[in-house]
Amino acid sequence: MSVLVGKETKVVFQGITGSAGSFHAAQCIAYGTDVVAGVTPNRGGETFEAKGPTGQAVKLPVYDTVAEAVKLAGANTSCIFVPPLGAADAILESLDAGCNLVVCITEGIPVMDMIRVRRALESSKARLIGPNCPGIITPGSCKIGIMPGHIHRPGKIGVVSKSGTLTYEAVGQLTALGLGQSTCIGIGGDPVGGLDFIDCLKLFNEDEGTEAVIMMGEIGGNAEIDAAHWIKANMKKPVAGFIAGGTAPAGKRMGHAGAIISGGKGTAAEKIAALQAAGVKVAPTPAELGVTLKSLL
Amino acid sequence: MNIHEYQGKQIFARYGIPISKGYPAFTVEEAEAAAKKLIAETGSEVVVIKAQIHAGGRGKGGGVKVAKGLAAAKEHASKILGMQLVTHQTTAAGQKVRRLYVEQGQDIKRELYLGMVVDREKRRVAVMASTEGGVEIEHVAETSPEKIITEHIDPLLGMAAFQARKIAYALKIGEGSPDPKKSVAQFVKTLMALGELFVKEDCSLCEVNPLIVTSTGDIVALDAKLNLDENAEARHPEWAALRDVDEEDPVELEAKKTGLSYVSLEGNIGCLVNGAGLAMSTMDIIKHYGGEPANFLDVGGGANKEQVTKAFKMILSSDKVKGIFVNIFGGIMKCDIIAEGVVSATKELGLKVPLVVRLEGTNVEEGKKILQSSGLAIQAADNMGDGARKIVALVKGAS
Repeated sequence: MSVLVGKETKVVFQGITGSAGSFHAAQCIAYGTDVVAGVTPNRGGETFEAKGPTGQAVKLPVYDTVAEAVKLAGANTSCIFVPPLGAADAILESLDAGCNLVVCITEGIPVMDMIRVRRALESSKARLIGPNCPGIITPGSCKIGIMPGHIHRPGKIGVVSKSGTLTYEAVGQLTALGLGQSTCIGIGGDPVGGLDFIDCLKLFNEDEGTEAVIMMGEIGGNAEIDAAHWIKANMKKPVAGFIAGGTAPAGKRMGHAGAIISGGKGTAAEKIAALQAAGVKVAPTPAELGVTLKSLL
Repeated sequence: MNIHEYQGKQIFARYGIPISKGYPAFTVEEAEAAAKKLIAETGSEVVVIKAQIHAGGRGKGGGVKVAKGLAAAKEHASKILGMQLVTHQTTAAGQKVRRLYVEQGQDIKRELYLGMVVDREKRRVAVMASTEGGVEIEHVAETSPEKIITEHIDPLLGMAAFQARKIAYALKIGEGSPDPKKSVAQFVKTLMALGELFVKEDCSLCEVNPLIVTSTGDIVALDAKLNLDENAEARHPEWAALRDVDEEDPVELEAKKTGLSYVSLEGNIGCLVNGAGLAMSTMDIIKHYGGEPANFLDVGGGANKEQVTKAFKMILSSDKVKGIFVNIFGGIMKCDIIAEGVVSATKELGLKVPLVVRLEGTNVEEGKKILQSSGLAIQAADNMGDGARKIVALVKGAS
């Protein structure tokens, strides 16, 4: 069992002819993800060639629009590798085309564009993951994004994180301890994005295939504190956590657009305190993510 | 990206937001000429000399002076220009004043606070107003949050006139004005214009502190603090002229040009990491084991050898760095690229401090081989905790 993506997921890559888009589409196909089409405006009619998990040749149609990819190739999920200024429009296009899940990898989308996208999501049933995220993976069946597939193992731990490489760190540690993952979701580090911690925790809480969850947050904003309150009231499964940026100076943006302590708010200390008060076991260092979770089982 | 008050006011003017008459000046002579011009234009002897630095709290630090007459204006300008202005937002050394703004004086009846920010929780732009103008909004939020009035802007509808009116009446804009109706109308028009400006100019913050009501009942934006969303820079070619490199950390600026994300810190252990979350965590774990990070450095996901070389050179050339920890979990980033960059930078600049490298993920074996065959004195680490412990011990042992 897993959340959001699995064997039934049929993916269209928006921006499949770009360097990042084509590289990662090929990687996902090699992992075994059911990629059914690519989209790049003005490149409709071309063919995208890659190799599947057993080395078999895979040929995908490239369309001008996502609507065609949904209608003609049966796509239900979109993965976006479109440059920052076009990415919000790409998300809106996939919503309009009827995709029920949109995974936006693009980093550097203007926040004003994302505010409009959020407004559009209010009147849509679709879910957005990202932007500025590594994507989502259900190990062994579906990888949508840029994470290194080989570090994952199928299993029962749900992983949700704002950071890409910190997610890999957690997954690497879990796998080394023999703990596989049900689904790993990178929600991204932008101030305004799609699914937040609570949305993902809800999904894991209801997923029969998930036994425990590890969440990695960081400085900036309130999302981890809201999540802590939600966990205290609703979570039926053990949760381990980590907050990055305990040593970050206030007022400085730490790489992610959203990772900034402003007006004394959004510090690691207050987030850790909130999580601990909600019964979350917080790892003392990022080298102990795996063992912290294991201690809860 | 921050810009100066006078630049913000030039943008305000384009949107019809009422501002005082004023001119920027880069020398005392220019300031004197500006004051002369203002006195002639307004018929008033009162001008204000304002230091232009990106930090707030300029008035309290002595960077804003009211002058009566040309001679006084010149005297204030010569004192402020070139001074190290210390405010609660600068470092202890302060920021050197290189630009002035010379502005007409205003007869202030009331000072109000007006601010717009991106509200991350509501995923909308929030407009905040308060009668406590001239005071830091963070302070008001802590001591009397009920005094802050907030409205959220629907991104599809934009700021609605009724929302601006709600704020106007909550602030009692008309109170004490000789023409309350005029004051309310001007306030509403100003707020609507600010709402439009915020979106079109891709702001991440816009503060007018204070927004004033004059004795004639007119509304004037007496200050302008704009932060622009750097993600939108590509669609605003005009921003290049607004950037003041004197106000930015030269190392951080250089990093940005190379496509790296770098923040200088106080410690002595240089870090090179891929990914923002892992980079922050690396700082945290160094601190956990008793060391102090010298920097935050995220080389990003898709860095090439040149960028990695540049990044490593930045760390190597810093005098305060007494040890270096490279912590990589390769996903898109390939470990061999990192190794090549580290070796090439070290060949050029030499390695005088201990270096601990932890490589994991894509092409890890190739990366390790490159480091081993380089002949460099590199300590390999099995994992992040091992690496942090090693570098902290090495730096402590050396000092």
